[in-house]
Amino acid sequence: MIFLQVAAKDLRSELRTKESLNASLSFAVVILLLFSFAFDPSGEAVAEFSGGLLWLVFAFAGALILNRSFARELPNDCLEVLIASPVSGAQLFLGKSIASFVLLLGIELICLPIFGIFYNITWTPKFWPLLGVFLLGTWGMTILGTLFSALTVNLSLRELMLPMLLYPMMIPALMAAMRLTTILLSGNDIGGDDLVWLRLLIGFDVVFTTLALALVETILVR
Amino acid sequence: MSVPVLAVEHVYKYFGDYPALRDVSFSLHGGECLALLGRNGAGKTTMLKILAGLSGAAQGDVKLFGNSPRQATARRRIGLLGHGIGVYDELTAIENLTIFAQLYGIPKTVARQWLERTHLAHVADSPVREFSRGMRQRLAVARAFLHDPALLILDEPFTALDDRAIALLQGLLADAKAAGRTIIMSTHQLREAMELSTHVALIERGKLVHFGPRTPEMLMDPGYVYRTFGAV
Repeated sequence: MIFLQVAAKDLRSELRTKESLNASLSFAVVILLLFSFAFDPSGEAVAEFSGGLLWLVFAFAGALILNRSFARELPNDCLEVLIASPVSGAQLFLGKSIASFVLLLGIELICLPIFGIFYNITWTPKFWPLLGVFLLGTWGMTILGTLFSALTVNLSLRELMLPMLLYPMMIPALMAAMRLTTILLSGNDIGGDDLVWLRLLIGFDVVFTTLALALVETILVR
Repeated sequence: MSVPVLAVEHVYKYFGDYPALRDVSFSLHGGECLALLGRNGAGKTTMLKILAGLSGAAQGDVKLFGNSPRQATARRRIGLLGHGIGVYDELTAIENLTIFAQLYGIPKTVARQWLERTHLAHVADSPVREFSRGMRQRLAVARAFLHDPALLILDEPFTALDDRAIALLQGLLADAKAAGRTIIMSTHQLREAMELSTHVALIERGKLVHFGPRTPEMLMDPGYVYRTFGAV
């Protein structure tokens, strides 16, 4: 269970400095606030775009968290020491993914009630199914984002490169998460034809988790 | 003859078209200490990174304890001290060493023992960012020696160390050599290197131009290696 120790180390580092946590959370809240000025929060159309808006906020805020995932190891050449340790690339990657996942999920759970207040959306009756969608969507974003974080860690323009690589690849998972979130925030249950979005989200997570675990060693040792 | 701790055979490494290493071969056994000499950019760090499993060779073969450097069994027995100190500024000294103890699967109590050995026990619970340069370097030494590695890979270990850290590192390296550990270090500090080493290698523009036992001439005149075997 070395990956849990890597995750605990990353979480401890982040909670102590709060570098990406503060930036990501304040960025998410500001976007939610600004969009609430742009749209009429009392309008019926709000429920229609609620899922899209929430996941765009999560995607933008997530990039700030994910950028730090491997970049955190650059000062003092800590990444070299980790790669030279007995921790396999897959364990290192999994630990870092879990840490980013916990941080991002925490931001999402803070943003959800803020979103409910700003946009006059009742989300509490559907909290548990929403949490399920958040877990699946966030894991997909985290796994892909952490992989690209490893890929771009030595680039000077990594803050720019990560979103450029991540967002196009995230389109299937984002579409599924947006659609499922919209259904739930409209007060409906997921069922019938909408189950295809749930299957897409689960499939995305399984495929990219497997691919990332298989590829990360090659990415880290060049 | 026993299986070498470290065996490098016909290793090549390219950065684009530039050959950083060309046909490098050598081996070391337990208790041997190699001083890897060369000018800046000669390929010393590239060689050490390949040995530490941080980079792959384009051609050739590298074996540590008979295994690939990327195998966990080999990496568990390596101690790496590179250009960076390899510890986290935002964590305390004891937290840093405890994390590495966990990663290497050794008891956490060893971390505190090493803090005492490196004279850092009094700042065990202070964040590393508050440490002086010398204290940070001693913590890096503790981190590299924490798991009692059988092979020490040191990239310019004496560079920018204060007197206390140099004395500490020299003592630890002498103890490690006496205990049968293998050491390979790149360095520009010729006198310190010659006193400790059993073998000397000179690398120039990626080519190993000399590898052999350290001779009395080298000990008396550290510049002897460059003058005798170097191209310039």
